[in-house]
Order: sequence, then structure tokens, then C-alpha cells
Amino acid sequence: MTALPSLPTPKKLGLVIDLDVCVGCHACAVSCKEWNTGGYGNALSDQDPYGPDVSGAWLNRIHTFEVIPDGGQIVGEAGDARIVHFPKSCLHCEAAPCVTVCPTGASYKRGEDGIVLVDEDKCIGCGLCAWACPYGAREMDVAAGVMKKCTLCIDRIYNETIDEVDRVPSCVRTCPSNARHFGDLGNPASAVSVMVAERGGIDLMPEQGTRPVNKYLPPRPRKPLADSAPAAAAHDTTGATGFFAWLDGVLERI
Amino acid sequence: MDKSALSRPVSDEVRRTTCYMCACRCGIDVHIKDGKIRYIEGNRNHPVNRGVLCAKGSAGIMQHYAPARLRAPLLRTGPRGSGQFREISWDEALAIATDWLGAVRQSDPKKLAFFTGRDQSQSLTGFWAQQFGTPNYAAHGGFCSVNMAAAGIMTIGGAFWEFGAPDWDRTKLFVMFGVAEDHDSNPIKIGISKLKKRGARFVSVNPVRTGYSAVADNWIGIRPGTDGLLILAVIHELLKARRIDVDYLVRYSNAPWLVVDAPGTAEHGLFARDESGAPLVWETVTERVVAAGTKGCRPALSGRYEVGEGRFAVPSFQLLAEKYLDPRYAPEAVSAETGVDAATIRGLAAEIGRVAFDEAISIDQPWTDIHGERHQHFVGRPVSFHAMRGLSAHSNGFQTTRALHILQVLIGAVDCPGGFRFEPPYPKPLDAHPTPHGKAEHFGSNKPLSGPHLGFPRGPEDLLIDAEGRPNRIDKAFSWDAPISAHGLMHMVIANAHAGDPYPVDVLFLYMANMAWNSSMNTAGVIRMLEDKDPATGEYRIPKIIYSDAYASETVAYADLVLPDTTYLERHDCISLLDRPISEPDAVQDAIRWPVVEPDRDVRGFQTVLLDLGARLRLPGFADSRGQPLYRDYADYIVRHERRPGIGPLAGFRGADGTRVGRGAANPDQLKRYIENGSFFSTHIPMEAQFFKHANQAYQEFAVSMGFFDTPKPVTFQLYQETLQKFRLSAEGLRQPSPPPTHRERIRDAFSPLPEWYRPFEEAAVDREAYPLHAITQRPAAMYHSWGSMNAWLRQIHTRNPLYVPGKICDRLGLADGDWVWVISHHGRIKVEIARSEAVNGDTIWTWNAIGKRGGAWGLHPDSPEAKKGFLLNHLIHELLPPKGDGLRWSNSDPVTGQAAWYDLRVRIEKAEPDEASQPRFAPVARMAEGPEELRYGQEWKESP
Amino acid sequence: MHPALSVIVFTTVSGLGYGLAAVLGLGLLDAAAWPTRIAHVLALAMISTGLLSSTLHLGNPQRAWRAFSQWRSSWLSREGVLAVATFVPLTVGAWLSVIEGRYLPVWGFLGTAGSIATVFSTAMIYTSLKSVQAWHTPLTVAGYLSFAAAGGLTLATVAAYAAGSGVAPALALAAVVALAAAWAFKGAWWRRQRRMAPLSTPESATGLGAIGRVRLHERPHAMENYLTREMGFRVARKHADKLERLALACGGVVPVLLLAVATVAGGGTALALALVAVLFHAIGILAERWLFFATARHAVMNYYGG
Repeated sequence: MTALPSLPTPKKLGLVIDLDVCVGCHACAVSCKEWNTGGYGNALSDQDPYGPDVSGAWLNRIHTFEVIPDGGQIVGEAGDARIVHFPKSCLHCEAAPCVTVCPTGASYKRGEDGIVLVDEDKCIGCGLCAWACPYGAREMDVAAGVMKKCTLCIDRIYNETIDEVDRVPSCVRTCPSNARHFGDLGNPASAVSVMVAERGGIDLMPEQGTRPVNKYLPPRPRKPLADSAPAAAAHDTTGATGFFAWLDGVLERI
Repeated sequence: MDKSALSRPVSDEVRRTTCYMCACRCGIDVHIKDGKIRYIEGNRNHPVNRGVLCAKGSAGIMQHYAPARLRAPLLRTGPRGSGQFREISWDEALAIATDWLGAVRQSDPKKLAFFTGRDQSQSLTGFWAQQFGTPNYAAHGGFCSVNMAAAGIMTIGGAFWEFGAPDWDRTKLFVMFGVAEDHDSNPIKIGISKLKKRGARFVSVNPVRTGYSAVADNWIGIRPGTDGLLILAVIHELLKARRIDVDYLVRYSNAPWLVVDAPGTAEHGLFARDESGAPLVWETVTERVVAAGTKGCRPALSGRYEVGEGRFAVPSFQLLAEKYLDPRYAPEAVSAETGVDAATIRGLAAEIGRVAFDEAISIDQPWTDIHGERHQHFVGRPVSFHAMRGLSAHSNGFQTTRALHILQVLIGAVDCPGGFRFEPPYPKPLDAHPTPHGKAEHFGSNKPLSGPHLGFPRGPEDLLIDAEGRPNRIDKAFSWDAPISAHGLMHMVIANAHAGDPYPVDVLFLYMANMAWNSSMNTAGVIRMLEDKDPATGEYRIPKIIYSDAYASETVAYADLVLPDTTYLERHDCISLLDRPISEPDAVQDAIRWPVVEPDRDVRGFQTVLLDLGARLRLPGFADSRGQPLYRDYADYIVRHERRPGIGPLAGFRGADGTRVGRGAANPDQLKRYIENGSFFSTHIPMEAQFFKHANQAYQEFAVSMGFFDTPKPVTFQLYQETLQKFRLSAEGLRQPSPPPTHRERIRDAFSPLPEWYRPFEEAAVDREAYPLHAITQRPAAMYHSWGSMNAWLRQIHTRNPLYVPGKICDRLGLADGDWVWVISHHGRIKVEIARSEAVNGDTIWTWNAIGKRGGAWGLHPDSPEAKKGFLLNHLIHELLPPKGDGLRWSNSDPVTGQAAWYDLRVRIEKAEPDEASQPRFAPVARMAEGPEELRYGQEWKESP
Repeated sequence: MHPALSVIVFTTVSGLGYGLAAVLGLGLLDAAAWPTRIAHVLALAMISTGLLSSTLHLGNPQRAWRAFSQWRSSWLSREGVLAVATFVPLTVGAWLSVIEGRYLPVWGFLGTAGSIATVFSTAMIYTSLKSVQAWHTPLTVAGYLSFAAAGGLTLATVAAYAAGSGVAPALALAAVVALAAAWAFKGAWWRRQRRMAPLSTPESATGLGAIGRVRLHERPHAMENYLTREMGFRVARKHADKLERLALACGGVVPVLLLAVATVAGGGTALALALVAVLFHAIGILAERWLFFATARHAVMNYYGG
């Protein structure tokens, strides 16, 4: 049933991604690929894997942007371009356009936790859901002819055969810089909700009206080193002689 | 959804081993399902990675099953470079190798050059080479990071990465130089994350703002090769602002040691010493010279003192302070050269000083120093540093790195809480390292080399040269060309062997080093050398090449005999304290690998093969007196080999019952115990021994108990480096041996006992106007050198590499993304596709390292983007500097250590016509394996509906 | 968006088919005339071809039947349901005409209504996608409906001239009016596309606009992927402009002129002119549909530097 849940889901499971610490290492993307190629649904296939036109289905990809500050505001480093690494996967939107366009009912949003899933046995591979998603969260698996997407590692987070501490998505489990956090964004007291509140977490493309569950924490403001430079007048001008005199004084006190 | 469908067991079994997708050596949990690898994740209990795993580690499945894996021993049938081989049996392969090697050992052992690349078993390979008796052995450190290691060990008795780490939990200011994504990557990522969480400041100095620099609080986009000047300017500022830890300097450094002031004599600039050889200091209360370290002594740090026999000396610190207080190191004076504005430099220095002294921390833990003095606290200067190739891969990298360590010592931030901390078995003073072996008297027919190949010369007398001053080693390590080349010069081996300079070799034996491609400067030239034949004999100039690797790299095509290695999941290995350790500042650690899956091909682990060859050659230590092998295989060696009595490759679970640590008898169950423990061993350093290890009595006792040393080996930090001065005196003709006249100026200039910045050689040699730009590479996080292109997942991330060009240069030359340019150096030209970038030093163009591949290599289709659009900067870099008119060609290396100066490259770019493929292009090598057209890894595990 | 041949052919051919079917359903032509009978068959053939063509791009066409289930929420499902439902009156209408040579208004009107509804649903599939801003306008619906009408009327004109029907000139004039309206809508659609401020930008896509101007530095993967192949199609504005003029000329100006001349000429000449008008119109619509996809920018390209 591709209607969205009529009421807000009791839980809103999702990810919080901290752009202040993501170093763009692709660990999450590859871990996602290896978990999911043998996990939920069909394998994530790769075409021409050792040839000229290599490509494959991935559920998480790391983009790299250059941001050129256009004013000296909060970032405090006007003029210096910065690099921001930007992991992107399904945002599990509350108003998920990918769900409502699905003609077969393969795409659905779970009522209990808000996870957006594809029932691959119902998917005809029409691709309309990928068109409907402004974020590029869905990728067709060419081999199976079905749409693949982030499941929030539903076969990990509810998997009673693995340790409780590991019942998080593979990307979160592996992230070396702790830039990815998993939790219930519907509960304002959850660690992820608190983090979003404290750091001013944002929605991607709010203008699309999708109401994403996943949030992004923007890079923290930065203070230029030059601000710490002492005024030139404070400098000693007596050179080495003055320095050794000071040194003798210090040695006396030791 | 059915709940049980979501609770399927991940795998049948978890096997814990150690990753080898780069050199971090993280612990991994390998999930095995139906005999196949289902999933690899970080081991949560492992001290290196604490559960996390990078992209490379997670892609281990595709590395393990890559079609590029070699399948059986190969004997060359076509010409070199063609990639034509026939498969042979191991018996035949080992017989051939034994035959070739045995003849060399008998006739002239130096005719074997044995060099290893990304080898994590140098303790074995070095030992093997020593027992073989050739002086020509080294690993890849010479083209990797010997400047880091040598400068660190010669200054503070340890270095970055494997020898130490920032105190991530306590540091408040972290300054990183020249690290993109590099060794120790997961620990660094974990550490940076901790800093960020605590609100500590992270400053990155790097011409390119990718990777870690991207998340730095401050990015200093320095001009390549000028870091030394920046560091010395910071030192200048700290001295001027009196932000130095005088007490620390007096206690732990040679700042008070007296330096003889007698210009024109053989003693000038050396430490004044007493009869026992102990350095002298000036005692200010009694006003006389006493041996350094005399109890209760209050030494002077400035002044000029008579030290007997009419000689005068000054405290080394005075020389240091006078030198760096000079206005030529003022921020304003270095700003133009470094490209960093003076206010930023002053701000950096001020922050370092402020955090070190105004935000000092203290840990309430009584401890005793090596002089027996009791301290109530560990005082911490929470400023830490880390550096790698950005400093070291320059021809001034040794001195630059020394400058950075001196900076750390000046503010008292070495091995204190919040600072850079040593990882056992470091710190290790210079005199605990061997001197190099390879003098004529050290080797001969059918006998072992009399000591280890690699070490640290204490002065010119330890060089491996003949009476005429000519190099003894094929790579000219430890010669006047590179006197302190502590890791050898692998990048010079093929060129020298080809030229027969200093002599030709008969067998070149390489392991895991892609010398016919990305690991060589001047790749096309190296390929020609490997293919070149002597017209007189029709023989290859390098007659026999044995190569071992697990994958069909470019170099395989140049081997005469290929010994196929296993993948990292099929082998035994030990990550040993005798080798490149993985300890943490708080704990001593080592680890193993074991075959978590069995090979499905006719391949053998290289170390086992080396042991077999050693036995067949009847090398001492490998075969008994009857010629029987001493070890069954590498696993057996790991357990039973003893380097010194009770000291073996692994420190954990020793003794008959497995309860001994460090020292102890061999334990037949040792590997089993490691496997049960997650394939690693870790033992904590007692709290009172955790800081100031260089001078901490409890630590020194702990080190002895662990077997690092047999007696305590405290370290005095060498701000002023006497060994360097000895070379300088030789260059001035005041000490013997003395370098040939050709080398005198170079050694005099480069061996400053206090770091001096000089322009990198290539930049100094070429016309700066004609080659106005720097061209450098950065390590991508998802690739480890050339390893990764055979990996179906990783290669999708970096299938080709653009040349990133600063926006201003693009605007000047009318370049846009996707345009093509010629990049021209003094040595060569390449044609490549560009992309615009703003986050880079304005004089620097850059690209990702080692993405370009030769067509057909690594099991890839010859028209793969790696081969068509990917490219290497190596074609622009010569192993020799441009001629300077003295009739000599100098190695493009650091003059002290021989470190390959990859990052000295100077170029210009010119807009070019659009093209289909980058240039130069090489004829493809035979593709050894063709993979499937589609991969659906794990499809068989799809749950049924 | 990638201008996939299957989808272009589908919308063009089925648009013409439904347009013709809708006109036939009005009963303006003599149901017993051979050209009318052929037109009925042609309309069904075009509709079927279009629908079959649309299944070509499916990953799992054998499950296509499932697409009828989500008519309550999905325009694609509604299109499927309506298309199948409309087959009933269209087939009955065709049977009556082809076999029995007669026309029953109930079936005819039902067929007309179904055809309009089906084309409307097709248009709504695109219109409803906020992620493709160029499509997300009522002008898309207006365009699809008016083009279907214009195509249908032009085809019906051919049938009428072939049958020597008296309504032929009137149909031709109606076709001219429909063509004018369709291209007026399309002109407005193109103007809107050219002038609209992007709803989403790299800055809003990344949330980094507060720091500065955002520019892609490196794609996640060096090569193309499903998303960039499907949605990253780019056509130079210059080429698009040229193609727009071609589409307008073939799909609008030429047919209008030909039909106008046909009304004056009458007889065999008119039939020939109308036939040529149909051909030109079809070519024009193919170009228009190609542009409809090729020039539409998907929001995801904010992440891919497109």
C-alpha cells in the first residue's frame, strides 16, 4: 500500500550526519555495500566490474563539495574555499514522494518506525520512485531489475542474533570519525534529537516538502588563526641578549 | 514484515584477524557463510580501530576475490613487459630460485638485490637477507617516509605514526602537517572526532584541503616544501614570546650540553665530553663543568665557558636561540616564501604558546624520573603534532621534520599528557639502534652479513663505502650520496643496477613493490631499464628478476620468475614489536593474521616461501646443520623463532603456559591464544610509566621487563644533532673519512646540526619562471597506493583521476572542467584532463595518487578508465636532479637520508587539444585474468519471500 | 532527464492514439466508412503499441499487472487502470464500427472520456513530480491534452477526407485550432522553464548555503551511475533552442499550413496534405517529447554538479 501512514509514525528512525567531522573516507558507503549485497533483498550488483564502463548499485554515496565563503560571517575565513564531504543516502522522508508514486505497492513507509522500504518481490522496476525522489536516494539494481534503497539496515537493527550494541546500520557501525548517528528522531529526548537541537541540524531541500527524517549537522563556525596573533607592539625587541637575560631569570627560579 | 526474516544470523562463523588493506593493521571480524566471506567489520575490542573500519577494509571481500589474483608460479616465456608466462609447479619455481640465488651467494652475494615494498614482515625479510649475506637489502622506507623516521629517532628517539601518536583524549590543540589520508588512518579519524567533540582546535598545514584538512578548524594552505620555514618562524615567535619550557629543556634535552667552539678544528661543533665520553654542562652554582645529568646540577643554557685545555664551549641552546631569534625567521620574513600571511603564523605560534602554558594540564600520578627524582604529577602541555609525507617527501624533509620535533621539545610537549606520546617499544635512543652493515669486511661468499643492513651511522666512519669513497650498496645507501639513509634507497636500485653503478647485479628479488609503475620515479625510464639488453651478450642488463606479489600488478610483467603470494585472508603474518609496531601510548601491542579462508589457487604465503628458500639455500637460521628446514612454515617460525633468548616475533602468550609477556619461552599454542583473543595481544603500561617514557624510571624498567632492551635506555632529546656536525666537519676536510670534493658543499649545507631551511633541490635547480607550479599527489582515503583498482568496489570510487588546478590558474589559462592540459617538468610531459579547485594553494596543482594504471594490469580491461584517463605524475619526476653543470647527476632525494623527493616536482601547464586518453600511453600488458561481466556478490543469500 | 526512446515513443504514439480515439468517440465520422474503420483499428494499434513500449523499460515486466493496484495514490497506477478500462469502450466502439458499421453514442462517449482521462493521468505522472521542476506545472497537463487533441483531430481529418466526409474541413479547422492551442501551451511551458528560478540549488541541497557558494568538487564515483544516466542528461541550450524551433515548425506551423490549404483544396489533394500534416506533426511531437525529457533538470543533479 503506497499511501503514506495516515498518522505520524510513533518512531522516526533515521540518521544524523555530522558534516563537521566527515572526512569523506567512503567507509560508510563501502560498508553499506558489503552488508546489503548479501542482506535484505537482491544483491547490489555491479556491471562491467573490471572493464571500461564499471558501475554498480550503491545505497550510500559520498559527494564532495567546495564551498566558497562569500562573506566573513560565521565561518570567519572569508575567501578560503573549504571542502565539505557529504554522505547521502535515503532520508526516510515523512512525506516521501517515492512512496506515493509507486504503482505496485512495492514502495512503502513502515507505520511503526517510518522506515521507507521496497518490497522487491512487488517491484516492477519502473523507476518512477527514483524520479520522484529529489535526493537520488534510490538506485535501480540492473541485474535484478528492482529498485534498491537504504533500509536503515533493517536486518541489523531488529536482528536479535547480533549483539545489541551492533544493532545499528552498518554505516554507523563502521564510521571511523563518528560522523553518523542512528536513533529515533521522533523522540525529542533521544540522543540524536538532542544533537540536532544543539547543533542546529538541518533538512536537505526543505522546499521540496518531503520532510526528511535524516538530519545534517552543519560544520561548526571557525575562528581564524590570525585573530590570535598578538599585536606587534607586544613583541620583545631586545633580541638574543634580552632573551638570555630572561632565560637566566627563569633558570634562577627553577 | 515477518520478524524472523529480520533476525537471520549474519554468518555461520566469525573469524577474527588483522586487516591488510593498508598499513593501519586494524582488527577485523570476518563473517564466514557457506565457506564464503559474507561481511567484514571492525573488531570492537581491537585497540587500533575500536570497531570501526574504513572503505578499504570493508572492501576486503572484493580484494580477496579479485580476478587479478595470481594463481600459480609463473615463468616468463615472452619478452619482459609482454606479460607472457607459463604456469609452473612450486617445485620447479623453488628449484629455479634456489639455483639462481645459490650461485650468487657462492660467487658474490652482493649480486643479489633484495628489496621489499609494502612488506609487513621486515623483521623476517631483513633477517633472511642478512643470513643470505647480501649487503643489498631494504624495504620501501626510502621512498616512503625515512625522513620522518630518521629525523624523529635522531631528535627525540621516536617518530610519528608507528612510534608515537597525539594524546587524542587530552590534547587541546592539534597541528597536522602534510597528511591527507594516510597511515594510521582509522586512529587519526577516531582521534579527530574526539578533538572535535571536545572543542579542541585542529590546525592542518597542507597545500590541499581534502581529507582531514577539510574538517580542520584552520587550514594553512602552505606552498609545498616550505613547511620547515613555517616551523622555524613559529619557533622564532615562541622564543620571542618566551613561550618555552625551560625546565623541560634542562631535564630532558641536550639544551645545556656544551658545544665546542673551536672553528677550523676537528672538534668544532661537537659536544665537549669528559674522559668517559659523557657530554659536559656548565654548573652555574659551582661554576665548573660537570657531566650532563649530574645529580643536583643547575646547568647554564647560555654563556661561553672554558672546558679545559684552553678550549671554549657554549651551551647548545644558546646556539639554537641565537639562530632562531634571527629576524630572517620572523613571520614577515618567511611569509612570501611560504605563502602564509604573517598574521596567521603569529596566530599559530601564539595559540601554541597559549595552549601549552596557559592551558597546561596535570595528572595526579606520582612518578620517578631516571635520576631518582620523585614528581607528584605529570604536567602536560596539551599541544600535539602529527606529520607525514608532506614534510618528508621533500629534499629538505629531514631538516624540516627535525625542526618540528625541536618545536615540540621547546614547548615541553613530547610524551606528556596532551602532547605527542611515544608508543612502545619507542622511545629508543640513537645508540640503541645498530650501525649499518655492508662494509667489505661485513660480507663474503657463502656467509651471513655480520650485522643488520639498516641502522644509523654515528658519523662518517660508519658509512658503507670503500677506500675511495665509492658506495658499497647497490642503492648507494649509507654513502656520501645519502649518508643516513636508514631505510635504504629502493627507488635507486633499478637505475643503479641498470647502469652498473656502483656495480651490476645478477638477481633482483622484489616483494610487493610496484617498481615498474607507481613506485618508481621516471616510470617510463624504469620500464626501459628493465627491458634493456646488453647488445654484447643479448642478456638483460638486469639478468634475473624474481618477483612475489598476490596480484597481477604492472611489475609482474617484468619478472622472470613470479612467486604468487596469498591474499591477506589466506595467510599467517605477525605484526611484531621487532618490526613495525602497532602499540598505543598506553599499551604494548602486537597481532597476527591467520588463514580465515583457504587459498583456492596454487599460491603460497611469501614468508613461507622465503623460509623454504632459506632452507634450500642452507642459510644459517633457516636450516640445521644437516640441511633440514628449521621451520615448517611461517606460522611455525612466528611461534618458535627467537631473535634473542626469550624474545620472539610475538610478545604475548609466551612461556610454556602462555602466561609470559614480552620475554618467555616459545609457546606452541601461541597462535591459538592469539586467535582466541581476536588475533592481537595488548598489555597495559602501568599508569606511573605512561608519560615521560624517555626519562621515566618505571617505564624504563617496564621496557626492560618486556624485552625491548636489556638495560634501561633513556633518551635525551637532541636539539643540536652532533652526528650531523661530524659529517659537516668531514665535508670541511676536518674529519676522516672526508667526502670527495664533489660532495663537500652539499654535505656542508645539508648537515646543519640545527635545522636549516633550504629550497628543495628541484625547485632550486630549475628555472622557477619556466616551471612556476608545484605538482603533488594526495592519498585518496579509499585506495592504498595502487591497491584498489583490482577491487570492483573501490575502483568505482576512483576510476580515473583529474588534475586539480587552482581557480585563478584556470581563469588565467582559460581552463574549465574537462579541458586538457600538458603538464611539463624538466624531465617530461603528460597530457591530462583537469578539474577546477579553489581549496588548494594557489601555486599548486594536484591529483590522486596511483589511480592511473597500465592497460591490462590488475586484471582490468586495457581500455579501462584507469588506463585511458588515469595518469601518474611519476612520468614527470626523474630519479635524478637536472644536470647542474658539474658533470654529475644527483639523486632526487634528501641529501641526508636519501628519501625520494616526490613532492619537489615543479611544472608548468599549457592548454591542450581535447583528447580521448591521457599521455603518455603504454602498450597494454597481457591481461592475466578476465573477471565476470557482472557481479552479484551475495545473491545466493537473498532470503526467500 | 534521460530521453529514453521507449518513453518518448510511448507518449507520442499513445497520445496520438488516444487523441484519435477520443475524436472517433464523438461519432462525427460515418462509422461504416472504410477510413473510419481503419481509424478505429489504428487508434487501438497506436494505444497498444504505446502501452507495450512503455513496459519495455521495466525491470520486471512480468509483474506489470501489479501496477493496477495503487490507483488510490499513484498516477502511474491510475494511468494503467484507466488505459485498461478505456480499452473496453474503445474495443466495443471499434467492433461496432469495423464489424457492424455503426456507432453507439454511449460507448463512443465513454471511449472519449476514458481517452481524455488516460492522457490526463499520463500527464499527471510528470506533473506531480516536484523533483522535476519543469514538469511540475498544470501547463504540462494542458500540453499533453491539447497535443493529444491536435494529433487526434489531424488524424481524424485524414480519415474524414479519405471518406469524403463533409465534416472534413470542420475537423481540419478544429485541428488547426487545437494545434495552435497546444503550441501556445507549449510556448508558455518553455517560457516558464527558461525563466523559473530553480526551486532547489546546490546550496539548499546541501544546506551549506549559510557558509557560501556551493560547487561540486568530486562526484561520489568517477563514472556514471544509475542516477546520472537516468537524470543527468544534459543538452546544450543552443541545441535545445534549435530543436525547439524544429519541433514547432514540424509539429505546429507546417501542419497548420497544410491543413489550411487542405480545407481550400479539398478532395484527393486535401487527403494528401492532411496525411503529410500527420507525419510532420508526429515528427514534431517526437522532438517536443525528446525536449520535454532532455531539458528537464532533476533536483538530484544539485548533488552531481549538473
